[in-house]
Amino acid sequence: MSASTTMTGYGVSTGLASAPLIRMTPPVITDPCGTPGDDPEHEVQRVRQALAQVAEQLAAIEASGTTGAILEAGAAMAGDPALVQAAADHIGQGLPTAHSLSLAVDGYCSQLESLGGYMAERATDLRDIRNRAVALLLGVPMPGIPRPGHPFILAAEDLSPADTAGLADSEAVGLLTERGGPTSHTAILARSLGLPAVVGCCEAATLSDGTPVILDGEAGTVEAHPSSERRQQALEHARSRQQPRTHGPGRTADQHAIALLANIGTPRDASRAARADNEGVGLFRTEFLFLDRREAPTVDEQIHAYTQVFTAFTGRVVTVRTLDAGSDKPLPFLRLPAEDNPALGVRGLRTSTIEPGILETQLKALVAAQQRTGVQMKVMAPMVSTAQEAAQFADLARGHGVQTVGIMIEVPSAALLAHEVLRHVDFASIGTNDLAQYTLAADRTAHTLAHLLDPWQPALLTLISQVCSAARALGRPVGVCGEAAADPLLAPVLAGLGVSSLSMAAPAVAAVRDALARLTLHECKELATGALSAGEPRTARRMSGTFLGAASERQEA
Amino acid sequence: MAQRVVILGSRSGLHARPAATFVQAAAHKTVRVTVAVDGKPPVAADSMLGVMTLGAAYGDQVTLTAEGDGAEAVLEELAALLSKELDA
Repeated sequence: MSASTTMTGYGVSTGLASAPLIRMTPPVITDPCGTPGDDPEHEVQRVRQALAQVAEQLAAIEASGTTGAILEAGAAMAGDPALVQAAADHIGQGLPTAHSLSLAVDGYCSQLESLGGYMAERATDLRDIRNRAVALLLGVPMPGIPRPGHPFILAAEDLSPADTAGLADSEAVGLLTERGGPTSHTAILARSLGLPAVVGCCEAATLSDGTPVILDGEAGTVEAHPSSERRQQALEHARSRQQPRTHGPGRTADQHAIALLANIGTPRDASRAARADNEGVGLFRTEFLFLDRREAPTVDEQIHAYTQVFTAFTGRVVTVRTLDAGSDKPLPFLRLPAEDNPALGVRGLRTSTIEPGILETQLKALVAAQQRTGVQMKVMAPMVSTAQEAAQFADLARGHGVQTVGIMIEVPSAALLAHEVLRHVDFASIGTNDLAQYTLAADRTAHTLAHLLDPWQPALLTLISQVCSAARALGRPVGVCGEAAADPLLAPVLAGLGVSSLSMAAPAVAAVRDALARLTLHECKELATGALSAGEPRTARRMSGTFLGAASERQEA
Repeated sequence: MAQRVVILGSRSGLHARPAATFVQAAAHKTVRVTVAVDGKPPVAADSMLGVMTLGAAYGDQVTLTAEGDGAEAVLEELAALLSKELDA
């Protein structure tokens, strides 16, 4: 047996998992120069059969109801006779069978992509169909999530939404990727499924299928060939993790309240979060309800949608973020110009200068739904940069009858001038993903910049600390609703900096609640001071781990 | 040749779910039906990808065409479907 080796990446979803590693099967790239089949008619028949088999598989997945919109209507696409015909045309020109299907799919993908928005996303589904059918034609393993019949740690270069569609009901107990950072799709997905995950671990590429590993989503480490003693430890840890030690509202060890809230977007998130143990919603991403719309949703439609969500959270708080759209997250009904640098373009609240009617309609609908349900509603605007913008939004929202108005702090200018900006509103919520991207000038989607997007970066913590001080002087509460809020090691640091609520993917709440309950507010403050002066993220994170470990030993003693 | 013009009634347009419902209904007909929206060549009504790539939006005029025995009745049924909200 090989000796144990440890590799490091970014821990993005906490927990300890021990299982053999299995790599996601990459799709085959078809060869245009392969040998074509002898009998074109027979080859067309093979394509027809392969697609029919894929349609059957997808229909089974859709029937199980696990994939949601991600593979919506995939079976209907795979079963399209026009797709067989398009492939037959290429086969007729003497091209190899699998490549003919590839070309047929590419043709439709470019048409879907030219339609933009929702349709463009269906191109991803169509490529998944192609990859499955090509695997059948060539007799190679099916790409996608492996089904080994035992628990495993899923390893991949990186994971996309289409790759992970079947993850929720697979036997994967942890995720490990070579690329990606703290805000990557894998990180967000892992937290929403409550799976331990390490991303950005490039050395993981050297691990072969079946290697036993221990993955520590808190420390960001991957241990290959662990000793049986370590494996036993990991299993016990995983077992105890499944039973949270604390329940109810978030509290420090000395009963200082830190509200624990859920981030929601789709109606499915909402119903799942509504059943879970949390104090309400800290971030309701309303644009998720309208992503595929080409006409602006009407007041009535919006009232209906919001009423459903509010009803599920009766007696709890719901913090609504007004439509957050821009060139990177296009809403087809907002007719925004193309931009060279969308992250710095017309996004969030800025879109209301182009289409003011859309924000007003939304505010009207929100107030109507609030009055219908009596929920405790707060409304905040995304991407506020100046005090003037905050004042204008507050006037508009209050004019429509919103009682509690806030803003998101995602832009460094708003954080630096928090003492001015917060004068005009009732509360603030810090979006750490964007605030990190703008503060460290690092594109959120850039794999190679993950270290700069780390929420433990002292510059980011310093800005959060400044916002909290300014808010305390004005008597305004500050929450965090970015990815940082879901990290149990960071939660006590944020509490120590003065944050009074944390909002995260619903399954992440339990671990954060447990971590907060281990320390007093005074200890959280000490930890926060340490993290601010730690100099680099890794040191700060390690310090918090040691601190929390010592505290839990004290409590158990 | 029979023809019907109908105003698309699905608020989210002919995206995946409404398109699948429509294509499924069109697939088991004895006559060949085509669908067209303004400015685009007609596509086969039983082609999911064809119908999706029409990019038909709520309120668009959609033209259904069919030929052969029973064409009128088939178009009647499919036109009724398109004019409804299929995304419920």
